Amino acid sequence: MNEAQIRERVAAFLAEHDPHGDRLEFLRARYDAGLAWVWFPEGHGGLGAPRELQQVVEHELSATPQLNTGVQAIGLGMAAPTILAFGTEEQKRRFLRPLWTGEEIWCQLFSEPGAGSDLATLGTRAVRDGDEWVVDGQKVWTSGAHHARWAILVARTDPGVPKHRGLTYFVCDMHAPGVEVRPLRQITGEAEFNEVFLTGVRLPDDLRLGEVGDGWRVAQTTLMNERVAIGGAPVRRGGGMVGAVLDAWREHPGLRSHDLHERLLSLWVEAEVTRLSGARLREQLAAGHPGPEGSGMKLSFARLNQELSGFDVEFRRELTYDDWTFRRSEDVDFYGRGPGYRYLRAKGNSIEGGTSEILRNIIAERVLGLPSEPRVDKDVPWKDLPR
Amino acid sequence: MTLLYSDVEEELRAAVRGLLADRCPPAAVLGRVESEPGRRGLLDSVNSVYDLGLWKTLAAEIGVAGLLVPEELGGAGAGLGEAAVVLEELGRAVAPVPFLTSAVMATRALLPTGDPLLGELAEGRATAALAVSFAASPYAPGRGASLRLDAGGRLSGSVDQVASADVADVLLVPLDGVLYAVEAVEGASVEAVPSLDLTRPVASVRFDGAAARRVGECDVAEVLRLGAGLLASEQLGVAEWCLETTLAYVKERHQFARPIGSFQAIKHRLADLWLDVVRARAAARGAVADPSPLSVAVAQAWNAEVAVRAAEEALQLHGGIGMTWEHPVHLYLKRAKATQIALGTPGDHRAALASLAGVPGPE
Repeated sequence: MNEAQIRERVAAFLAEHDPHGDRLEFLRARYDAGLAWVWFPEGHGGLGAPRELQQVVEHELSATPQLNTGVQAIGLGMAAPTILAFGTEEQKRRFLRPLWTGEEIWCQLFSEPGAGSDLATLGTRAVRDGDEWVVDGQKVWTSGAHHARWAILVARTDPGVPKHRGLTYFVCDMHAPGVEVRPLRQITGEAEFNEVFLTGVRLPDDLRLGEVGDGWRVAQTTLMNERVAIGGAPVRRGGGMVGAVLDAWREHPGLRSHDLHERLLSLWVEAEVTRLSGARLREQLAAGHPGPEGSGMKLSFARLNQELSGFDVEFRRELTYDDWTFRRSEDVDFYGRGPGYRYLRAKGNSIEGGTSEILRNIIAERVLGLPSEPRVDKDVPWKDLPR
Repeated sequence: MTLLYSDVEEELRAAVRGLLADRCPPAAVLGRVESEPGRRGLLDSVNSVYDLGLWKTLAAEIGVAGLLVPEELGGAGAGLGEAAVVLEELGRAVAPVPFLTSAVMATRALLPTGDPLLGELAEGRATAALAVSFAASPYAPGRGASLRLDAGGRLSGSVDQVASADVADVLLVPLDGVLYAVEAVEGASVEAVPSLDLTRPVASVRFDGAAARRVGECDVAEVLRLGAGLLASEQLGVAEWCLETTLAYVKERHQFARPIGSFQAIKHRLADLWLDVVRARAAARGAVADPSPLSVAVAQAWNAEVAVRAAEEALQLHGGIGMTWEHPVHLYLKRAKATQIALGTPGDHRAALASLAGVPGPE
């Protein structure tokens, strides 16, 4: 499949489907035509085409109904590639279409109060009971759990083996009895994420993704994709957080100073070289899969967002805050609201989806081949670990 | 526009890297810098740090000297990408050859004139240097130069800190938008001076009524801009060598009964450095794919700093051995620090971005 053939496909699709009609019908038809994610297999929203052709489709369909990439971020960026890699045909058929169209929203049940950077030590238990699993535990930092129909869940199925080996990956039904979602208020004042309590939640075995005990390997696919999703989105030159700062800079000449000017130029250069490496990385990934290099993009993204949003507050000499009202946010938006909000929200960028410290470990060990720190927990059964 | 390397570029890289591994290992470069630079005139390159034997081989066997010269003028008619890859490899080896000065900058200055000298440069039969201070920039091309032409067409004055001038057969002198060639020894002196960069030393150039041939028109700022854009690739090569050599060392070096590369304090520094180098590669390729004033300023503002940081980190993470003359890391530190100044400092390039990128200063 080449670029010309893709264009023909899109043109044929548009000839048959009116983009000004029902939004959902249009999106479903687009999925069925294989124009959702062209690198996915036929029958699952794709055409088995090279990944770089997706941008051709996006360009051709830019004036048609779009996805809500904020609220759908976890589904599109993390659940979908994991389901594609490890799901059964039946699971792909059941989940991918409504995931893509946004009819079903997804969240991620990974982190726990006692398992953050050391995710593999998580303690939520899943115990087999006939054709079902009974899940008990507590998850945290769950963005969008209050919108979610489904979750990707990692739980411990065998406490008697070392921590990485006793995990299993599931799709969790967020409407099942025993799932309780409680908002967690953040430093911004709003509640974007939640605590999720799982009490005797019964999941049929056909919601398991991958083999029993193979959950860590399945989770790696999700985490790699998460880092690309957070740091790897294409931006135009001068876009993203630097765009928000530049708008203010151009608008308020009276607030400029020489010191701020020099700092802004340095940040602009860093944003630009980061944008260029993102473009270069996407060229490399066009045919393949995200590798550990994606961790680098997320690291730069976090640093830049924090520096730029902090700069913005200082530049504006703004001592007010738009609104501290406790509310549920509709989606995750790093660039929304006022400068104070952006500054506070950006603090999470170096924590969510792998802290910057963990990302540096990953780069050092997987990309640079440096030896790991001596490990005391490596061969110890999970149940015997100190906690 | 692609930011990746082409197959042709990768083949050229392999050829250059192979030759340099054989002819220009760190020990050989260290050996050359032992010799004292003396007072020399034009054509007296016997004692120079520059390795003209290696340069002739690079030119004759791989054809690097003629990359930027069109085929009809005796060159290879290649693109900036090929020249950039050669510079990455020369940077990795801190190879003391006049590629950037002769095959890039002097050649680029001559190109619009179509002067027959281009053919000689392309084949490596002659080497030229642009008589412009290496500390000049596209924004201040006259820095370090004080020149005048008398009514009889003879050139007088001086230019400080000219890179590779002591091994040049011809000096190309830009003056008031015109390029002159000084080919005779008489009336011209080139004095190699002790230089911060041991592997690309600079020289003081003086003219005292030297005969100067008018070659044609010359936009020297554009020449320096092209040089600055490609220098970013050399800086990338310097940074890559520093990172790779340091990685190998921290995996090998044991303290506290562990490789020092297993300590997070060291791993995190190297992860950050790797990320800087990744972005330096994107910036260097950006300046090749789109050699606009903006892309060049971005690449120099970033890569000059990354090369220095990589060399400084390499020295620190090598501990005491990094401080010794016998370990080559100092050659890279000196090259990196000198290229931070060459063809505009990072601050000069950032200042230029104020207008290029629409980030105006205080009113």
